[in-house]
Amino acid sequence: MLLEYFQMIDIVEELDPVNGKAVARAEVPMESTVFEGHFPGSPLVPGVLLIETMAQASGFMILSRLKFEKMPFLASVNNAKMRTFVEPGSVLRVEADLEHDGSGFAITRARISSEGKRICDSNLTFRIMPFPNDALRENMLDRFGEISRSAEE
Amino acid sequence: MGTTFDAVAEIIADTSDIPLEEITPEKNAFTDLGIDSLDFLDIAFAIDKHFGIKIPLEQWTEELNENNALVDEYFVLSKLCARIDEVIAAKDA
Repeated sequence: MLLEYFQMIDIVEELDPVNGKAVARAEVPMESTVFEGHFPGSPLVPGVLLIETMAQASGFMILSRLKFEKMPFLASVNNAKMRTFVEPGSVLRVEADLEHDGSGFAITRARISSEGKRICDSNLTFRIMPFPNDALRENMLDRFGEISRSAEE
Repeated sequence: MGTTFDAVAEIIADTSDIPLEEITPEKNAFTDLGIDSLDFLDIAFAIDKHFGIKIPLEQWTEELNENNALVDEYFVLSKLCARIDEVIAAKDA
């Protein structure tokens, strides 16, 4: 994870675009400027970044289903539960399952666990829209290549 | 049509916190009931699940944008339900 750059996923470990399932791995860094403020002397990953992590696992799964022809944008976060704290050095398992493949939108059920312990879960809704520009599409493809390559190494 | 409308009205009431008695066939979901496009995604999800269909929201939006069609043609509830019936009929055909 590079929290400052919103690079939340390190490795896509399993990806099944047809059935709408992804499992990813994310290692929380020992140090980050985020921890300087959240919280001084008691570093914890902010809950909003855990939601972002679940959204990115969901997003790469949806992008794969769409063959990177359109972009899923996070539109709503429902029934989010932050069950325990996440400290620096934690290794996270991030899972995303497609709940509904709508027309112009998608809904996933996502969760994070660490060492078998539930950390958080949520239902996430995405609007499926055209890429606003080619640069974003290229960036998504590059990033997906990086985190997929990591799994092959 | 009655059955579809009843189901859709209940879905709207449940997802949007609008009293059921205010949801009538001649109302436009957006301009009369104050539902926004994000709320409508929840409604579309519930409609899809209830009827086992995939309402072609993306296609409707494109038609609205490209043909300057009137939003009433899609989102007045009686017309919305008629379109849902068409999707159900196409699925069952």
